[in-house]
Amino acid sequence: MTGVPIEQALYLASALYVMGLLGLLLRRNLVFMLLSLEIMLNAAGLAFVAAGARWGQADGQIFYMLIITLTAAEVAIGLALILEIHHRFRTLDADVLSGMKG
Amino acid sequence: MTIAFYVAAAVALIATFLVISRRSALHALLYLVTSLLAIAVVFFLLGASFAAALEVIIYAGAVMVLFLFVVMMLNLREWEQEHRPHLTAVDWLGPGLLVAVLLCEMVVMLTAGLPAASGAHPVGPKEVGIVLFGPYLLTVELASMLLLAGLVGAWHLGRPEVARTAEESA
Repeated sequence: MTGVPIEQALYLASALYVMGLLGLLLRRNLVFMLLSLEIMLNAAGLAFVAAGARWGQADGQIFYMLIITLTAAEVAIGLALILEIHHRFRTLDADVLSGMKG
Repeated sequence: MTIAFYVAAAVALIATFLVISRRSALHALLYLVTSLLAIAVVFFLLGASFAAALEVIIYAGAVMVLFLFVVMMLNLREWEQEHRPHLTAVDWLGPGLLVAVLLCEMVVMLTAGLPAASGAHPVGPKEVGIVLFGPYLLTVELASMLLLAGLVGAWHLGRPEVARTAEESA
């Protein structure tokens, strides 16, 4: 087997996931937090595709497609919420937005 | 072959680090598109050519354009106040260089012949389609329900507030 070893692909996926997690924890802008979620979901998809390629099965790519579907729905709702929050509060800082009404 | 993987992985890691460390959301988006293209190259090297195509078309194409629209809408007022140029030529340098590395890699791969995929054998679109609409048919239905929920939710949130409050009080 001369191809890409699965360990390396999984290392790459975990490194990308950790970067997304760091971005989610460190950034306070809602747009950047959503971008970090994208990075994390994409890293999970990479792990699925790598595992599917290791065993020569199509299941990995199918689950990657499901992750893409999830991402599309999540982005549509998330961006609509971000627009609404910006319209209502004039800020996208998660610390400022931490209070609740009731 | 393995070298190509390491180059694409390095581009993905660098671009992703730059995404989470940028100050401007627009610059971060440019680097995220670069990172997604690099991951698409990794998919291709793993023998998952269909996933690579989906990554470019849906992720880097549709989802990122959606992000770009919203970021432009959010930043429009601030830019009007500050009279700052949206994107200068220097801003394109970083993503451009990283994408150029990927382009060189692709040209080298195409001229040297397609690389042998890792694992048992490359999983093509036909195989994926057969499995997707065979054992995973119910999952496709669930995915369509999820997309419908996303559509309805985005439609509800995107309506003007007047129409929404009038409907809720009625």
